[in-house]
Amino acid sequence: MEIVAVFAPLVGFLLAFLFGKNMGDKGAQFVTCSGIIVAAICSCILFIEVLFGGADHAGDPRTITLMTWFNSGTLAVDWALRIDQLSIIMMCVVTIVSSCVHVYSVGYMSHDKNKARFMSYLSLFSFAMLMLVTSDNLIQLFFGWEGVGVASYLLIGFWNHKDSANAASIKAFLVNRVGDFGLALGIFATFFLFGTVQLDELFAAAPDATERMMNFFGFEFHALTVVCLLLFMGAMGKSAQLGLHTWLPDAMEGPTPVSALIHAATMVTAGVFLVARLSPMFEYAPMALMVVTVVGGLTAFVAATIGMTQFDIKRVIAYSTMSQLGYMFFALGVSAYGAAIFHLATHAFFKALLFLGAGSVIHAMSDEQDMRKMGGIWKKIPTTYTLMWIGSLALAGVPFFSGYYSKDMILEAAYADHSWFGELAFWLGIAAAVMTAFYSARLLFMTFHGKTRADKETFDHAHESPPIMLVPLMILAAGAIFAGYFGYEMFVGHHQIWGETLKVLPANDTVTAAHHVPLWVKKLPIVMGVVGLFMGWLFYNKFVSAPEKAVKIFKPIHKLFFNKWFFDELYHKLFIVPSLWFGKVFFKSDKHIVDGLGPDGFAKASYGFGGLLSRFQSGYVFQYAFIMMLGLIGLISWFFIKMDLGVEPVTDAVVETTKKVGE
Amino acid sequence: MIDFAILSLLIFLPLVGVAFILLIRGDENRVARNSRYVALYTTIFTFILSIYMLIKFDGTSAEFQFVEKHDWLPSLGIQYHVGVDGISLFFVILATLLTPICILASWNSIKMRVKEYMIAFLVLETFMIGTFCALDAVLFYVFFEGVLIPMFIIIGVWGGPRRIYSAFKLFLYTLLGSVLMLVALLALYLEVGSSDIPTLMASPVAQNMQIWLWLAFFASFAVKMPMWPVHTWLPDAHVEAPTAGSVILAGVLLKMGGYGFLRFSLPMFPEATEFFAPMVMWLSVIAIIYTSLVALVQEDMKKLIAYSSVAHMGFVTLGIFSATTQGVEGGIFQMLSHGIISAALFLCVGVVYDRLHTREISRYGGLVKNMPKYATVFMILMLGSVGLPGTSGFVGEFLTLMGAFQVDTVVAVFATTGVVLGAAYMLVLYRRVVFGTQKNDDAAAMKDMNKLEYSYLIPLVLLVLWLGIAPSYVMDKVAPSVEKLIGQYESGLKAKPEGTDLATAKQIKIGNAE
Repeated sequence: MEIVAVFAPLVGFLLAFLFGKNMGDKGAQFVTCSGIIVAAICSCILFIEVLFGGADHAGDPRTITLMTWFNSGTLAVDWALRIDQLSIIMMCVVTIVSSCVHVYSVGYMSHDKNKARFMSYLSLFSFAMLMLVTSDNLIQLFFGWEGVGVASYLLIGFWNHKDSANAASIKAFLVNRVGDFGLALGIFATFFLFGTVQLDELFAAAPDATERMMNFFGFEFHALTVVCLLLFMGAMGKSAQLGLHTWLPDAMEGPTPVSALIHAATMVTAGVFLVARLSPMFEYAPMALMVVTVVGGLTAFVAATIGMTQFDIKRVIAYSTMSQLGYMFFALGVSAYGAAIFHLATHAFFKALLFLGAGSVIHAMSDEQDMRKMGGIWKKIPTTYTLMWIGSLALAGVPFFSGYYSKDMILEAAYADHSWFGELAFWLGIAAAVMTAFYSARLLFMTFHGKTRADKETFDHAHESPPIMLVPLMILAAGAIFAGYFGYEMFVGHHQIWGETLKVLPANDTVTAAHHVPLWVKKLPIVMGVVGLFMGWLFYNKFVSAPEKAVKIFKPIHKLFFNKWFFDELYHKLFIVPSLWFGKVFFKSDKHIVDGLGPDGFAKASYGFGGLLSRFQSGYVFQYAFIMMLGLIGLISWFFIKMDLGVEPVTDAVVETTKKVGE
Repeated sequence: MIDFAILSLLIFLPLVGVAFILLIRGDENRVARNSRYVALYTTIFTFILSIYMLIKFDGTSAEFQFVEKHDWLPSLGIQYHVGVDGISLFFVILATLLTPICILASWNSIKMRVKEYMIAFLVLETFMIGTFCALDAVLFYVFFEGVLIPMFIIIGVWGGPRRIYSAFKLFLYTLLGSVLMLVALLALYLEVGSSDIPTLMASPVAQNMQIWLWLAFFASFAVKMPMWPVHTWLPDAHVEAPTAGSVILAGVLLKMGGYGFLRFSLPMFPEATEFFAPMVMWLSVIAIIYTSLVALVQEDMKKLIAYSSVAHMGFVTLGIFSATTQGVEGGIFQMLSHGIISAALFLCVGVVYDRLHTREISRYGGLVKNMPKYATVFMILMLGSVGLPGTSGFVGEFLTLMGAFQVDTVVAVFATTGVVLGAAYMLVLYRRVVFGTQKNDDAAAMKDMNKLEYSYLIPLVLLVLWLGIAPSYVMDKVAPSVEKLIGQYESGLKAKPEGTDLATAKQIKIGNAE
């Protein structure tokens, strides 16, 4: 069952990828869709078994070892599936969302030529993601981690004739690699510290390592802090946290189903999963948790500010994703792991819904993504319109939609942490909540209401998507509405299912403390959400000239936000330009300095020397005789010197001479 | 065990092929065709034989196996002594695997002097296998240097327009190193009184002598590796060499340096190795970063892959000189993996070079449209080169870095930046060649891979994936020998006599610096 759940998508991928030509588009779509749906069914069965199986399923959580990957000295790495509460929840989220996206893609990509390839990549991605969440050691996790990265690279660059798509895919891969650089170092440090990369062994060893120091980069540091921060760097890359986020908006070059699956619901949450998975280590590294909180809070805030100013419908949602990931991270930082995973799950549903809904809009508008060229189309695509509203309300945290439960929980937990960074994160989160509601409303009103700004042909042509696209949307919408209500008790309520999976030290138990925060803390996020929505309505429906005026008044700030805080420009100047410059300089120095002093110089010198030698070949016998005499004398003297030195002739003599030369 | 002289058979079988080729008579076409077939059959048979050896190899033992010992120059005590252990075993397989592939890759592209070409490759194979099997230092030297001659000829005769320059550069560089190694070998022989490698391993030499011998060997191996800053012969040699020449060069010849370090430097001169290890590790780091950056700005496909080879070899030396189990095993695995991946990448370049006769990146573009199968193969190899988990490139890179981290975190951090840079140049190369719009009509008109090209690329791709998913088949056979090697290295360090330790050596070093 476990094996089927993880490997069914791989089978789908292999069949569709290798034999896509033979089985045709229909065949490829069928095998990939059925692969992932089978995986989803298996995951759901396992979900019930693991969480509610009771005592008759002794041995849950369980690990199934498939085969040895590699052993080297004390390092032992297996291919293994670890099924526990955390991984099974992730598996369900991944397979359900992925199934919806697979089916949706059949409709969305109906005009594309390479359907088989697209479907196979989606399945490849799902497989890699499942390997990631079920790994029982850090290196298999790294396999899944890089695997999803490659799938993301392939899918962002799916339309590989477009230069922008190619650039975006490379950027995504490289920025992620910068994160992976940290992750890899973190794994090295873990092995160095604990002598193992097996999760269970690590978790058992972590409490005893709190006092240990390690030398890193020439300084003594608290060992666990170093390890956790390095691992967190990987999480930052994958989850587009501030500093390593620049790839995510560009990744919207990929087809929309890709954005929904990879860049909203699943892959980008891998970082959240990583920290939650390693909670037994992070709990003993308070400094690292502080960094996680601050980075998360800032990300939530900064991304929301950018999201308010963008015009590309997908980019708005992308920044919103980044902002929501920020929420999850500061929840992790204040040890509210359950709340973070809760938000991860609800977010997966409503964000995938928003993206696929946006895809439906784009589909209707003949591939137009600029919201300035939309408007007034709600009557033409009423189902999509309703679904987008559901997604947006869930995102804005309006009561009884799923986002309300999880986001409130996070903010309350941050408040309940009673630390300066918890406080900071709380206020940044509140500010981001207003902005979230605001840009959600902005998106809805600009896209669907008012007078249309699209050209007539596009507008007339606008049409509702086929059922194959709408049914998956409805499933996701159901999740966006109900996941919060039904998940609350399980994730963060009084009957939590985590068991030993998420470790929280008693002193850090913010989830419990969050149930007892002051009333205003509980109500503030709702108020802010409503205020944000109302402001959005005012600006973009009631007084349509207001945004322009606001932009004029806050020109410098708007410029900063609109240009995404100039991260891209900064990185371009800081990393790309110097790298290329150094590359060129080194290449030249290879030619001129290394070769000049080395072989080419040597060759030149030999020519010169040869010329010199040729003068000796004068043809006069007496000169030859003279040189022979000199040589003979030299040889004889060397022989005598050697005799004097005794037994160890060659090397010691050389040592002596060099010493003398040195002196 | 095998009761016939399998190693000698492996070593000299290609020469039998040479004899057959020499016997071929007739008009030019017939000679060419027959020599191709003779060379192919010979190398394939050698390969099958080597697989038989692999099956019979006892993977649990660290001892030399299939040993043969005959007097060669009895008056000097020099023997014909061959054998393989876990370290050399897979290099032999690598050599026997890549040679038939080279013959196939040259099937249609070499039209001039086919007979001589095939002879050169067969002789080359003899020398390569011999190098990895030799257990006598003199024998090793003969094979090790012998490799240079056919390689020199292959580049010099069948190479590109600047072949003479490149061939001489290759020759000069490697010869300079070898001369020093020869001197060191003689000194070692005089000191220990034997040229038998196992005996040499068991007879420690004095500390200050170790330093000098180590340096002399290093000169030779570092050039072969090649390590920064003696790497500049490699890009030139690759660019001018015919495709098959590049394949052998990258696939097998570069591994001889690393093999040399493992066979000589570590077990015979442990103290010197410990003393110089930081230097080597830093040189490796420089190599990784420097050559990756250079690769980033290349306009020539072969040059780019050549520079990437230097970077990948940087990981190898990094791992070997970390002298940890993970580092050394990673280094060996990285060499094997690079042997396959870079060889296959050069074959990929060869595929398009045969069609368009240019290596310039900007002359291609958008190949995914007209050559989708080629694009897929190239993609997998590209990802292997990038070190994606699940391909063979990952295991070696990851283990070497892990080994380095245990010794020096600063080195490890800088070396790990290589994984970002490595991804950068390969992705950019792939994008420019395979993706994008089709700007060049002639590139857009190229046909996808034919059956012949399939026949040699697909096995390599499968190997890359297999070694990525189940590397333990190889690593478990390598492990006992590495364990023994590290044991030798560490006991060599413990055994060092009091007083004569590194202080003197440091003085020498300082003396030199002044």
